Amino acid sequence: MDTNFVILTFASILAESAPLVFAVIGETLGEKSGVTNLSLDGTILLSAMIGFAVAFTTNNLYLAFLAAMLVGALVASIVAFSSIVLKLDQIAVGFVLTLLCGDLSTFFGNPFVRKPGPAVPHFAIPGLAEIPVVGKIFFDQNIVVYLSVLLIFAAWWWIYKTRPGLKLQGIGERPAAAFARGVNVNAQRFIYTLIGGALVGFGGATYSLFVKLGWSYHHTYGIGWIALAIVIFGGWHPIRGALGAYIFGGLQSVSSFAQSAFTDVPTQVFQTAPFALMIIALLFVSNEALDRFFSGSPVSRKIWNSLRGTPPGALSTVFEQE
Amino acid sequence: MSEITQKPVFSKKTGFSADLLWTMGPIILALLLTTLALVAIGADPLKAYTTLWNGAFGSPEKLGSVIDAWVPLVFCSVGLLVTFTAGLWNIGIEGQIVMGAIGAAWVARTFDLPAEILIALMFIGGALGGAAWALLAGALKVYGRVHEIFGGLGLNFVAMGVTLYLIIGPWKRAGIASTSGTEPFRPAAWLLNFPGLTVGPVEIILAIISLALIYFALRGTLWGLQLKAIGKNARSAFWLGIPTSRHMLGAFAVCGVFAGLAGAEQASGVWARLIPAISGGYGYLAILVVLLSGFRAPLVPFVAFFFAAVSKGSISLPLDLQVDSALGGVLQGVVVLLFVLSQGVRAKWTQTLSS
Repeated sequence: MDTNFVILTFASILAESAPLVFAVIGETLGEKSGVTNLSLDGTILLSAMIGFAVAFTTNNLYLAFLAAMLVGALVASIVAFSSIVLKLDQIAVGFVLTLLCGDLSTFFGNPFVRKPGPAVPHFAIPGLAEIPVVGKIFFDQNIVVYLSVLLIFAAWWWIYKTRPGLKLQGIGERPAAAFARGVNVNAQRFIYTLIGGALVGFGGATYSLFVKLGWSYHHTYGIGWIALAIVIFGGWHPIRGALGAYIFGGLQSVSSFAQSAFTDVPTQVFQTAPFALMIIALLFVSNEALDRFFSGSPVSRKIWNSLRGTPPGALSTVFEQE
Repeated sequence: MSEITQKPVFSKKTGFSADLLWTMGPIILALLLTTLALVAIGADPLKAYTTLWNGAFGSPEKLGSVIDAWVPLVFCSVGLLVTFTAGLWNIGIEGQIVMGAIGAAWVARTFDLPAEILIALMFIGGALGGAAWALLAGALKVYGRVHEIFGGLGLNFVAMGVTLYLIIGPWKRAGIASTSGTEPFRPAAWLLNFPGLTVGPVEIILAIISLALIYFALRGTLWGLQLKAIGKNARSAFWLGIPTSRHMLGAFAVCGVFAGLAGAEQASGVWARLIPAISGGYGYLAILVVLLSGFRAPLVPFVAFFFAAVSKGSISLPLDLQVDSALGGVLQGVVVLLFVLSQGVRAKWTQTLSS
């Protein structure tokens, strides 16, 4: 393998993981605040469809991404309203929304199936793109990819280095304590769920306007479920979550090489491989035996815990503010 | 993730008319919203609904095809009643249907027996296939601490991969490898159907018996009571001495049995072979059926019939009106979403009234 090939592979992993990164960071923000938005797979489908449809009809990519974000926020608002105001089961509402949004995407997406449409244009950053190796991987992409990388660090900085971020951790871990300190827990949860949903929607449009251009029936093939699993795998931490997304992207490109090696195995079988991987990854991070093994010494326990992470203490619970 | 809160749909305090209002309200609102969706794409709503109705009830064959969808929906709903009672989200039910179909197909391909024995064996094979796949999701939850939603969902895709592999690989039709399905089973493996239809008496009776059985088992036995305790609060059930892990695995297995029966019935009665989309999406749809039934077994056959009619009726839409058949799914999804939301609104409403 020559170095050029390796560089191009890394560049393509960075690019093709962009939708997953947006979705993972968006869901991480929502779950950090204590709300699980299980509708991710449907939200991504619907926002990918709307994003492409708007781009196709108006030829305006800004409008397309904006519309996709609105769709994501709208679906998230149903999740937020039903769990925060109506105190309903987040899984039930999220699952129904997953199916409903999937069907909506098929219903409204019908006229746009397999139509050629606009795509996010390539944009090499002048100067930086000429740096050897690094330039080709990080600065010879498009705006959306740059945004996805920036978002990872922005989210990390916001959650762990700012006052509002500290409040965010509080409402997810110990809502009662946060409330006692004067934080409007439910209003904050609402806002973070909406922002998270908008980011997921942005990821959906990234899919249909860049990674897998256009629209077709169930275009995003279960990527929302993968994103939900990666949030857990990443231990509700934006950087580790993004790393999970990139590892996933890397394994997918490995599997596409394997696919060209085993031509007698149908492609549809390879398409299901990510989901087997998802189970194995979740098994790994939640395994009791590994837990006990690493708890042996303080040092290994510290390393293990920093690798694994724990869910926010009040995830998926209702908070009564009165 | 949170425990499932199962609020009774029809509370005993309020009258029948109030219940009717809170049930019909979401359905009418859902029809209004789908009408808006039809107007938005420039279709004639009235024509669409007539097409949908005729697609479901226009002829005896069409009604037959509705029953055809009703059978697997009831089987799956019966299974899901058990897992929901134990507080489990068995989203892996789709894969369990698929594995049931694979089990039945293996029996049909392996044994050359008289029809009665072969079909009975196929159903047993289907039940075992479904139960095994469900137990895998259960073991991932109980021993591996992987939430059943992710375990089950992942296994759905894996089951899909296995079917495709079998259809294109070892079980491919002689000469041609296509994703359309395996060679048809030998005639002895075909379930007896009503003339001209793809549904017969055996599976209808079996579905009704299953429903009655689970209804009484859940409300009249210690097993049902213990599952209910686990569903309400697994931790306290455990401290009360109920073997929660064993019961959870058991609930998964029972649900898998019924999903497997649905798969066997689809393979034997409807397709007479194994096809990639053998589950027909009935597993996910059955989750909606059970949610809309408010987890009540007696309502399941009616809700399942409504869903079956909408699903089968909407197939005519693209042919007659160039409206995508996903309209059926949209209608089903909106009805269930609004119903679930209305339960929350109702609870809040009665709370406000009483305070």
